[in-house]
Amino acid sequence: MYQYDSYDQSMVDARVAEFRDQVQRRLAGEITEDQFKPLRLKNGLYLQLHAYMLRVAVPYGTLSSRQMRLLGDIADKYDRGYGHFTTRQNIQYNWIKLEDAPDILADLASVEMHAIQTSGNCIRNTTSDQFAGAAADELVDPRPYAELLRQWSTFHPEFDYLPRKFKIAMIGSETDRAAMKLHDIGIQLVKNDAGEIGCKFYVGGGMGRTPMIAPVIGDFVPPLQMISYLEACLRVYNRYGRRDNKYKARIKILVHEIGADEYRRQVEEEFAHILTLGLEPPAAELERIKGFFEQPGFDANASDDLDLSDPDFALWVDQNTHAHKQTGYTIVNISLKPTGGIPGDASADQIRLMADLALEYSFDELRVTHAQNIVLPHVKKSDLYTIWQKLDEAGLANANLDLISDIIACPGLDYCALANARSIPVAQKISERFADLGRQRELGELKLKISGCINACGHHHAGHIGILGVDRKGVENYQLSFGGSEGADTSLGTITGPGFNEDGVVDAVEKATDVYLAQRTEGERFLDTYRRIGMAPFKEAIYAKETANG
Amino acid sequence: MVEQTLRYRNDEPVNDPAVTVATFADQSNATAVRIEPGEDARALLPHLDRLALVEVNFPTYGDGRGYSAARILREHGYAGELRAVGDVLIDQLSHMRRCGFDSFAPEQPIAAEAAEKAFATWPDVYQKTVDGRPAIWAKRHPA
Repeated sequence: MYQYDSYDQSMVDARVAEFRDQVQRRLAGEITEDQFKPLRLKNGLYLQLHAYMLRVAVPYGTLSSRQMRLLGDIADKYDRGYGHFTTRQNIQYNWIKLEDAPDILADLASVEMHAIQTSGNCIRNTTSDQFAGAAADELVDPRPYAELLRQWSTFHPEFDYLPRKFKIAMIGSETDRAAMKLHDIGIQLVKNDAGEIGCKFYVGGGMGRTPMIAPVIGDFVPPLQMISYLEACLRVYNRYGRRDNKYKARIKILVHEIGADEYRRQVEEEFAHILTLGLEPPAAELERIKGFFEQPGFDANASDDLDLSDPDFALWVDQNTHAHKQTGYTIVNISLKPTGGIPGDASADQIRLMADLALEYSFDELRVTHAQNIVLPHVKKSDLYTIWQKLDEAGLANANLDLISDIIACPGLDYCALANARSIPVAQKISERFADLGRQRELGELKLKISGCINACGHHHAGHIGILGVDRKGVENYQLSFGGSEGADTSLGTITGPGFNEDGVVDAVEKATDVYLAQRTEGERFLDTYRRIGMAPFKEAIYAKETANG
Repeated sequence: MVEQTLRYRNDEPVNDPAVTVATFADQSNATAVRIEPGEDARALLPHLDRLALVEVNFPTYGDGRGYSAARILREHGYAGELRAVGDVLIDQLSHMRRCGFDSFAPEQPIAAEAAEKAFATWPDVYQKTVDGRPAIWAKRHPA
């Protein structure tokens, strides 16, 4: 993976020094909280309901074991012994003291990490495919391009005060595992008939209160013009994105209001001008970065044979591993969704264990997924049983990847200052209701996503089943939706009807799964059945019994 | 009237009052103009040779349109004074300088030493802009 040179290191070191100075000015009362707020937000430090929350960037979701181990140590040293992996492939700590924040940033800088631009109205941490460089279906490894993008977006002087936050995702497979079309910009690396690589730009997607699927704006931008094209996309947005209403300030609203064609025209015009300025890093820089992402030293004789005589192990292998491009290797998904647990949480000990496993068995690499799980990208199949045993001992071997209990949930009203309702207890109750793994596997792939407010950090719009917590006259109320998806077949969910209380929504989810089981045809997932038969049968089941029960 | 101007140019300051973008085109003797956030800096491009001062107003620090306005003017060869006015704070100075501003008239005065420190925040930069600083990629791959 990428390693800092002295330039990269001095940039994060400078940031630590700058933030230390800013915190000192705040603690000394030289600046007000109002003046401090935008400064701390540029360093990922939020003031939440009970404490400061620090969000640490994990560029394109990639970590070394040394970095992962430090994340565990930070959890012990500065938090309450755990961390929370997020839907943007980052990690958050929920119980941070302001005076500790500069020291945490200094610790992070010691392992080439930071919290730069993890909040604020700027270009956020770029996300990517968690199987990058490993998946059997990969066309182009997106990581070198994502690293180029990381450097370009870091402390970008023109785009630090955009109308609103800006999220970019980048993939290099036909299968979209990064919800790319639901980002401000999604870049898909593709190849043309001549075998040349190009960047397909999707611009103007997003979730939040007005979910939109991004249209294609640039069909095939040459990789050595990618930065210039990004400059053009961002400049048009910075100049013309709405600033009168923060709820209409994301780029999706601009693209929607002026239309994709007009937005594209403006971008092309700006792009033509920017190309004359020579802003693009040279091919040699991309090559330098690519050098860090060469294939690890796989054992060419590794075998695909696997002893599956232990039934629990066999279940886990079937559910939680993914095809690797190298014979004899596989991709391991570590579920951070134990029954009744908090989605995405891991203890300091669990984090360090995962770091150890990565060092010993996965060429020193881990990935964070947007579904709030962890990936060991390059595991030799002959090591799988040992890894599984160690994970199982640590409570990390739940074989529920992409099943109904593999829930995405935002922190909700338990932590977040923006939330209207709690997300975590709903996730816990659903996970407990469907605790039986046999039952979950019977239901098959079922992506359930929960947000505690309309900002949709829990991706509820993209859930096969989505749950949105709202505040209804001071009472938490949960709206249910079906039919969202985030992959190649991206779609937005449709609300079923009136909302439910906490237990009611769990019951409604269960009734919906009963409808699915009764109606499905061979090979259909919940999503497919819903798309085929529509909302009516689900609605009938969910609300009819509600009335009957009085 | 602005109380303080931090200026990083060697030529004589322009004392002409800045006119609005809307009236500038019709006032053939005007040499100073003020851009508000919603206004198009490109409207000034045909007149760059007679401009000596462009003020870019930041009514609130969070409105970043002025950064693009400044860069556009510099990218098209404007060499006169480019002044950031309004809610200009110490923590934005460095980025503003990188976008081509070379003078600052903050509502709340900023000490000259503090400004110097702010400009020196980052030893290097990742992007090529209009301030002449070589990007890190250029240093890694000298021509």
